Amino acid sequence: MGIKFSLLVVAALIAVVFLGVKVVGMYYVFGVIIPYLAILTFVGGFVYRIMNWARSPVPFVIPTTAGQQYSFPWIKQNKLDNPSTTAGVIGRMALEVLLFRSLFRNSKVELRDGPKLTYQWEKWLWLAGLLFHWSFLIIFIRHLRFFTEPVPGFVHLADTLDGILQVGLPGIYLTDGLILATVTYLFIRRVVIPQMKYISLPADYFPLFLILALATSGILMRYFIRVDLLKVKELAMGLASFHPTVPEGIGVMFFIHFFLVCTLFAYFPFSKLMHLGGVFLSPTRNMPNDSRMVRHVNPWDYPVKVHTYEEYEDHFREKMIEAGLPVEKE
Amino acid sequence: MATVPKPNELVIDHKPPQTGWMDTPVVFRPGTWCYGAKTKNLKALDLPNPREWSPGDEDWKLPENWKEIILEGIRERLEKYRSFKIFMDICVRCGACADKCHFWIGTGDPKNMPVLRAELLRSVYRNDFTTAGKLLGKMAGARELTMDVFKEWFYYFFQCTECRRCSLFCPYGIDTAEITLMARELLNLVGCNIDWIAGPAANCFNNGNHLGIQPHAFKDMIEFFVDEIEAVNGVRVEPTFNRKGAEVLFITPSGDVFADPGTYTLMGYLMLFHEIGLDYTWSTYASEGGNFGFFTSHEMMKRLNAKMYAEAKRLGVKWILGGECGHMWRVINQYMDTMNGPADFLEVPVSPITGTRFDNARATKMTHIVEFTADLIKHGKLKLDPSRNDHHRVTYHDSCNTARGMGLMEEPRYVLKNVCNNFFEMPAGTTREQTFCCGSGSGLNTDEFMEIRMRGGLPRANAVQYVHDKHDVNMMACICAIDRAVLTASMNYWVPGVGITGVHELVGNALVMEGETERTTDLRGEPLAGMEESEDEDL
Repeated sequence: MGIKFSLLVVAALIAVVFLGVKVVGMYYVFGVIIPYLAILTFVGGFVYRIMNWARSPVPFVIPTTAGQQYSFPWIKQNKLDNPSTTAGVIGRMALEVLLFRSLFRNSKVELRDGPKLTYQWEKWLWLAGLLFHWSFLIIFIRHLRFFTEPVPGFVHLADTLDGILQVGLPGIYLTDGLILATVTYLFIRRVVIPQMKYISLPADYFPLFLILALATSGILMRYFIRVDLLKVKELAMGLASFHPTVPEGIGVMFFIHFFLVCTLFAYFPFSKLMHLGGVFLSPTRNMPNDSRMVRHVNPWDYPVKVHTYEEYEDHFREKMIEAGLPVEKE
Repeated sequence: MATVPKPNELVIDHKPPQTGWMDTPVVFRPGTWCYGAKTKNLKALDLPNPREWSPGDEDWKLPENWKEIILEGIRERLEKYRSFKIFMDICVRCGACADKCHFWIGTGDPKNMPVLRAELLRSVYRNDFTTAGKLLGKMAGARELTMDVFKEWFYYFFQCTECRRCSLFCPYGIDTAEITLMARELLNLVGCNIDWIAGPAANCFNNGNHLGIQPHAFKDMIEFFVDEIEAVNGVRVEPTFNRKGAEVLFITPSGDVFADPGTYTLMGYLMLFHEIGLDYTWSTYASEGGNFGFFTSHEMMKRLNAKMYAEAKRLGVKWILGGECGHMWRVINQYMDTMNGPADFLEVPVSPITGTRFDNARATKMTHIVEFTADLIKHGKLKLDPSRNDHHRVTYHDSCNTARGMGLMEEPRYVLKNVCNNFFEMPAGTTREQTFCCGSGSGLNTDEFMEIRMRGGLPRANAVQYVHDKHDVNMMACICAIDRAVLTASMNYWVPGVGITGVHELVGNALVMEGETERTTDLRGEPLAGMEESEDEDL
């Protein structure tokens, strides 16, 4: 159900832009108005979500400790998986965000007769996830060449590295193939693994289809249904410099691609894609395990009803005296 | 009480059902749920809606506005806990956690996959607190809070042991323990705790410990073990109680006072403290290390934990030493100072024997007994004869909370390797931070829940089976009172022939004490290796 629904939505999105541009000729709407709205929604939504999360305090120090604690000089602490300092936390977060450290631990359990359990090597999800995210980032950086003049060095660098294979003309980008392959993998495992299928929601399929359509349209445009890149750059620069113009004669493929990007941007803050921001705020990862060393204050701490020693002694005094236990009041 | 199927009769099917999870209602089959909290226990703790009820009943006797109370409870917790808010929002359902839960592995019930356990609550969160959920309903994974949903919460959030194994594998660190904590707080808002938690918490609040042992009885029980020790090696140890001016206050879970095999661990403590001449006292008021409040709510955790510092202050001790216990140490490590500190009336713990300053406890002023003992051994302050544990072939079970809520991993291994000659690790992926829960943690160690406990205990037991087959392991050491109680049952069920011991029981066995007579038995009265014959001769 989720699959069909999500596919339909993506198909409808493509139909809308196709009709809008090709039939109705709403170039300005799809070239200027929607992109501005989308970026506004993205930035506003993203900031709002982060602020909203940050507004809730972190009352307790609850890191998941994934290695040896800091104790004695003669016991080696695992400073990255169980950090006790800020530097350690930065290291842990860097591993988490850049290399998906936690996902790298993944294994797969297998139940055999007996019952007997075995734990299998399973790094495919980690590998696909990592390649997908890095590909997406590099593709994003590459695209900055449309929005900048002169194009910054790091954008050129991303472009050069990505096109290092230099196969054919125009040169093939590694990330184009990778993103298609990894998104396809991420989709297939959702359908093929029974547990994955069972837990998947439309909100899990939709972004995959959207990104698949997005990448496909981009690849089609680059290698097969060419559009005038100079005009695309003119449009992009217009948007970036707040003097928007829509040059005539850009192919409809571009508008499909562009509209799907806009959809992704606008959808982002309201979806699970916000894990991009959330991972940085996750208290089980971004806190040092130092709560026995440094006092952490809970901002909403309040006094609670306790059973005091006096009440306890009042209740048990006679029995305590009889048993020879010291008491405060004889 | 339901009978538990034999190990070979247990059906475990990992295939999810045909119906979607929102359309698969929960069935309260005997053996798979815990009894509801009794009126007197809820009253003793001033918890809402005390009444006679059973989760097996159709009518749970909730207040009329229960739904409002729960939704308001969610709203309040979203404001108070960033963890809760973020964990409600950022799960991508990648499924990395799915097969990491011992309850899922042992039951195959998809709602025991951590991701789906969280979705049980998330679906309601989406429905009432997110725009997408309000607009798109089921399409956005949202559903209304109904009585069936609420019952499902009770069933599955008391089928999670808050062991945090899933959180280790989650790319965003989503911690199901945190979600379960919140869900249990919500359930408690309308009086839906389980009695195995509410009872011990009530006991602890009024009597000082979960088992409700009164002061005179507490003293009696410990003195009983003084006699037991004397019977083993002729040394008479002299514990003191509620003594002002002692240097150290010692607090351990009351389970160690009450039941085998924890009691042997307690004997180990007594012997160790006597041998090194530690100036310490027990407390009958703060006679509980564990914290069943932790399984109820943050507030209840604070209420029960408060006794530790209060008693340390009253007695005027310098610092606190804590016994072998799992959840107790998560509370001490991650919550105690924030909740009931600052402990500015105490001093940074310094071992009076070695002079080691326990820098890692400089704020809480509370040191773990295994840290304390490891330091003693490192400095050569203990005379140990590990051969006295030669009748044991030992493996070590990391408790969830000391592993994933603290990181106490090398210290117990160091102690074990010094007190016994035969030590074997279980396979990688089942120990240290990846350790498997005993299957009965977080207050679920009750008899009526036995089938699920045994199912949840399977992954741990299976790893034990491996070392049992390969290395003849016949004893598993652990540093948690719940472990000691429940792993015994789990081993009898899955791996007969493997016993459970605390680390300090083995220390007690190996400890060469001044003035002791020759030992022929261990603390359990079982003959030492090579002494079997002399035992026979006595007969």
